[in-house]
Amino acid sequence: MLSIGLDIGSTTIKSAVTDENGKLLYNSYERHYSEVQDKAIKLIEKIKDEFSLDESSEVNICISGSAGMGFADDIGLPFVQEVYATRTAVLKLNPETDAVIELGGEDAKILFLTGEESGEKELEVRMNGSCAGGTGAFIDQMATLLGITPDEMDEAAKKQEKIYVIASRCGVFAKSDIQPLLNQGARISDISASIYYAVVNQTVAGLAQGRVIKGKVLYLGGPLTFHSQLRLAFDKTLGIKGLCPENSLCYVAYGAALAPAERRYTVSEILGLLKNRKPSGTYKAAEPLFENEEEYREFTERHSLDKVERADIKDATDGVYIGIDAGSTTLKCAVIDNKGRLLHSVYMPNSGNPVPLVLEFLKHLYNDNPGIKVLGSASTGYGEEIIKNAFGVDIGIVETVAHFYAAKYFRPEVDFILDIGGQDIKCFKIANGAIDNIFLNEACSSGCGSFLQTFAGALNYNIADFAKLGLFAKSPVELGSRCTVFMNSSVKQAQKDGATIDNISAGLSMSVVKNALYKVIRATTKDASVSLGKHIVVQGGTFFNDAVLRAFEKEIGMNVVRPDIAGLMGAYGAALYAREKFRGKSTLIGKDDLESFVHEVKATTCKGCTNHCKLTINTFGTENGEKRRFIAGNRCETPVTGKKSGDSELNLYQYKLDLLSQLESKPGKLGKIGIPLGLNMYELLPFWHRLLTDIGFEVVISPASNRQLYLRGQQTIPSDTVCFPAKLMHGHVESLIDMGVDTVFYPCMSYNLDEGLGDNHYNCPVVAYYPEVIKANVRDLRTRTFICDYFGLHRPKDFAKKFTEAMNKYYPGKISYQTVKKASEKAYSEYEEFLNKVAEKGREITVKARKEGKPIIVLAGRPYHIDPEINHGIDKLICSLGAAVITEDSISGEMEKFRVGVLNQWTYHSRLYAAAKYIADKSDMNLVQLVSFGCGLDAITTDETRSILESENKIYTQIKIDEITNLGAVKIRLRSLFSAIN
Amino acid sequence: MKEIKTHVEPHLPFTGDMKKKYKILIPDMLPVHFAILREVFTSYGYNLEILKNTGPSVAVEGLKYVHNDTCYPALLVIGQMIDALNTGKYDLDSTAVMITQTGGGCRASNYIHLLRKAMKKAGYGKVPVISLNISGLEKGSSLKLTIPMLVKMLCALCYGDLITLLKNQTEPYETVAGASQKATEKWTKEIAEQLKKGKGWSSKAFEKNMNGIASDFAAIERKVTPKVKVGVVGEIYVKYSALANNNLEEFLRSQDCEVNVPGIMAFICFKIDNRIEDIKLYGGSMLKKAVCNLLLGKVKNIESIMHSVMKNYKQYQMPATYEHLKEMVSGVIGYGAKMGEGWLLTAEMVELIKSGYENIVCAQPFGCLPNHIVGKGMVRKLRSLYPTANIVPIDYDPGATRVNQENRIKLMLAVAKERMQSGEN
Repeated sequence: MLSIGLDIGSTTIKSAVTDENGKLLYNSYERHYSEVQDKAIKLIEKIKDEFSLDESSEVNICISGSAGMGFADDIGLPFVQEVYATRTAVLKLNPETDAVIELGGEDAKILFLTGEESGEKELEVRMNGSCAGGTGAFIDQMATLLGITPDEMDEAAKKQEKIYVIASRCGVFAKSDIQPLLNQGARISDISASIYYAVVNQTVAGLAQGRVIKGKVLYLGGPLTFHSQLRLAFDKTLGIKGLCPENSLCYVAYGAALAPAERRYTVSEILGLLKNRKPSGTYKAAEPLFENEEEYREFTERHSLDKVERADIKDATDGVYIGIDAGSTTLKCAVIDNKGRLLHSVYMPNSGNPVPLVLEFLKHLYNDNPGIKVLGSASTGYGEEIIKNAFGVDIGIVETVAHFYAAKYFRPEVDFILDIGGQDIKCFKIANGAIDNIFLNEACSSGCGSFLQTFAGALNYNIADFAKLGLFAKSPVELGSRCTVFMNSSVKQAQKDGATIDNISAGLSMSVVKNALYKVIRATTKDASVSLGKHIVVQGGTFFNDAVLRAFEKEIGMNVVRPDIAGLMGAYGAALYAREKFRGKSTLIGKDDLESFVHEVKATTCKGCTNHCKLTINTFGTENGEKRRFIAGNRCETPVTGKKSGDSELNLYQYKLDLLSQLESKPGKLGKIGIPLGLNMYELLPFWHRLLTDIGFEVVISPASNRQLYLRGQQTIPSDTVCFPAKLMHGHVESLIDMGVDTVFYPCMSYNLDEGLGDNHYNCPVVAYYPEVIKANVRDLRTRTFICDYFGLHRPKDFAKKFTEAMNKYYPGKISYQTVKKASEKAYSEYEEFLNKVAEKGREITVKARKEGKPIIVLAGRPYHIDPEINHGIDKLICSLGAAVITEDSISGEMEKFRVGVLNQWTYHSRLYAAAKYIADKSDMNLVQLVSFGCGLDAITTDETRSILESENKIYTQIKIDEITNLGAVKIRLRSLFSAIN
Repeated sequence: MKEIKTHVEPHLPFTGDMKKKYKILIPDMLPVHFAILREVFTSYGYNLEILKNTGPSVAVEGLKYVHNDTCYPALLVIGQMIDALNTGKYDLDSTAVMITQTGGGCRASNYIHLLRKAMKKAGYGKVPVISLNISGLEKGSSLKLTIPMLVKMLCALCYGDLITLLKNQTEPYETVAGASQKATEKWTKEIAEQLKKGKGWSSKAFEKNMNGIASDFAAIERKVTPKVKVGVVGEIYVKYSALANNNLEEFLRSQDCEVNVPGIMAFICFKIDNRIEDIKLYGGSMLKKAVCNLLLGKVKNIESIMHSVMKNYKQYQMPATYEHLKEMVSGVIGYGAKMGEGWLLTAEMVELIKSGYENIVCAQPFGCLPNHIVGKGMVRKLRSLYPTANIVPIDYDPGATRVNQENRIKLMLAVAKERMQSGEN
């Protein structure tokens, strides 16, 4: 008798048929485009034909897979969990396997089949948590972004020369890493390979959780089957040679077929169950976007009034101005006359590299209009600089300013602009004719144009048709606002609950709007004219979608302006800007030079400082003429000017780092003791260093953080959602061990020192107890001494006694109270001196900056944010933009305790509030808050810091940083801030 | 010293004479416990209503008014309150909302501030927000708690723990469906009535009631068949609240499991004991230590009555005493780890593993800070100490879907079932 296994995954459906001995007779694999029921019926019918079964033939059947679970429940067929099924199959087909890595459409799994210590057969399994980066869907998304097919991506990766660091935590993150690489001109082959390595790192960091993947490893699932270079990346990273077996796609289905059957089913019974399947529930529906055609007509008529004035390019004999907006996914160009009338425009997908597209645009422009006189040009967007350098564009402007210029044209009194593009959401408030407050979407808040596009694609529609479907949907699905990955599961759930495509389409449009309103702007809708503005202009390609526009108006209860060139506003604004800054003769590349234009790209690593920026060197010019070099990927001016980075004179971050590096150790009678330099050690190192040195230790500090150090420790990270600074700790401890240190000192600390600024003086839970995680997960520590006792520096009177007690557990009789007492007094004063020096230097920088007329940025975060691997050189970036950088702890001491709107109970956070308050009346000081991704406390501190600043009419700027950070977006944010200050 | 101007408006006070007029809304977490607890407040003249509104609009309101990166419990609790007020059922001039504050180093102590901000944004600025805490926080807008009242509250929680425990161990095996549920309802009502009248909390009455409860449950006919035994630990709200954990207990029971959700008394002991541990670790006031020891002694006393009653009902697996629980985790994690559920969460996992519930769901809000340490962070260690431990950490979040969570739990259960079967053979 036959056994049928069906594996219904997130994107594909697979089948396997076996005989009674478990021999595989048949298998299949195809995409299901969410039409699970149809596909399943067809598959069963096909199997029926294949094996010449009739309606009454009895078979065993079992369903598996992430989408199969609810499905099996609904129709009443047996179900087996997919990882479990995989194991069954592996034990049958490859019994000697030690570990399995299986990547699916949205899931990633690792199975350990032999015990770590015992080496005997056992089962330990891991599935990815809620963040589903590093899976098949992710790879597909990235291929789309590169404008190639997944197969082509695999081919391309074979020619890789260089690996860039790309986040694969989720598609949104990775996109924001890849986009700047594309815009810099990095090679597709290198990016492709880097994407595979990102997947590997995500899988290892997220799923290994302290277990070493070794021995005989099996690769299963679609991505590992289809992408040879992905397998290679796993092989290289893990130092193994994994096997991708025959039928690697169908292991789950095969395992399901092998599942013990409780009863048999006839073929007709199975088909009957499948066909009778009814949606299992109801879903929560929102109001329709339009009640009827009439409402829609009024709506379109109202919006058709917001039109730009146009003129014929042939009549523009006085000359023209050109604006180029090289955005994240599209390239937009606008040509206007001296009255601001639009003469010509283009809008096209940028498929990675904007340079050839602009080249084409200009060639066409010159050829079609031989007598054209260009008076000025401006570029903006992600590709602003490369375009400016490539084509000699006159001026570059930050895109927020470009959008403001364009919006002003439509509504001179505009006070709020919302732009939803392909990848970005940008909102800004306008006050007194200048940009006042900027909101940009964070890495983990998707909901832009590409979000809709992804879903349209997944459901086999093009974006325009898909969006239209939603206009008259009767009961749109309430999907809330969440990230793409989560949304996928919600959409599937809704489909299961009987939602039709039109209702899903409308629901997705609404979710884009809600995402912008509640996640990015953090507005409430009680009164949008107060929380947003009275005159709202919306723009960006996503608003061409009437469903999105309508959803927005409905959600805020106000009418807004959508210009007919909503997608072109950046380019149009840039052109208007060029017109305003008219300089007579444009430096834009002429017709002749265009014909022989050449562009070369080279990748290299900067050795100017420890940041080791991956540089892309573009060379532009004419075939035989002069060449211009444009370097991208740099954080400071070193590779460009050859000078040492930034103006370190005006950078307190640099000064703090220098201070810490000056600590000197000497051999001691108690031997070596290692301190991992991360988290609160960045603050307390002067204390512990002095204390331990004076007691008689030779203090060894772990090396400066870098990518290798992080990777060294990533296998032992148990929680992939903890903040990056904590994750780095694993690498620091491993590095100390590598340096031959047998004793590591990293104490737990519930409390920080009390600086009198708050109601309590806690550390955050992660800083407080991360040593416990290190102890429980870093294997190499088992054979070494790890001192992670709980100490309280906040009680100097008790500290020496408690410390002596604790240390005598490890060094019985060797450390006397008297010694500790004396050493701790010196340690406390050394710590104080450190803080004083920082404050003193802060004052010095402030005075110097004021003398030079430079703005001062309080780059506020936590002590560990001075780590260049954590801040990604943002301090240097700010300096290179012509400002001075000081820290929150250099000014918080100037303040007394004051009442805040939250429980002010963490020492580091009290400093933040104090710093925000301190700059309230300093017109030349602004605060930029660095927030580590995953920092739970900052959900509280950011809102509070913002309200402190806004109550004083100051601009609040937040920069979210993680393992990897897209400095392009950071730059936009900072430049917008500077343009607002000026 | 110059007074620094603040951007924060003063909080609405909640004074003694307001209690007569006001109805106080509180979020639900443990249905049995809270139903009993409510009547302690009634006996002191407070009118409490436990919010029962669920459904997607709760999370939607939460997402609207709370920073989306804030942990899920805050989002739900605040969302539930705003959603309730949105119904228009409550007179805004005589309604207040109440929330607990532990004063620990985790985000949870800030919920009340987030709630205030959210209430204001949602247009409910005139609804007083009351803090329930024993740390002396939020003076002026916290509920006055007297020692007798505290003792009664503790009794209420202990009753809740016992009833829930007996129900969890009886229901899966009952031969007459619904018998355990009936006993649960009967005793919840009975105890609530007693406490409402100011009775049922003296040592004698307490012992008598406990005996009554236990004998009633013990009288329910059970047929013990092998079932997968699953323990649930986690961040306190997500661990207990069905709204937060997508009806986790119900799901596990539907998968034919016996579920053990460790009670709340240990958490109370833990929170008091933390103050004592702090003083041990870092030094501090001996008087404070003495007071805490006194309080802890009182709680342990209540706990010991329960244990001595239950000695006569050997068929039920009782939780370890707090002291024993604490001992069990020694060497795994330090007693200084006190934020959130701290070392207690790890200890509960150890206890569960040792008492036959080696299959564990560790439930936490997505990005829960303490659980990076005491939950997920300890899984590896526990597995090396107890190789049969079968622990699955599950994150809860408005975005996480039930399908995804259940799929992971099913994997854990598949492993558990296989082990159970091979154990039988």
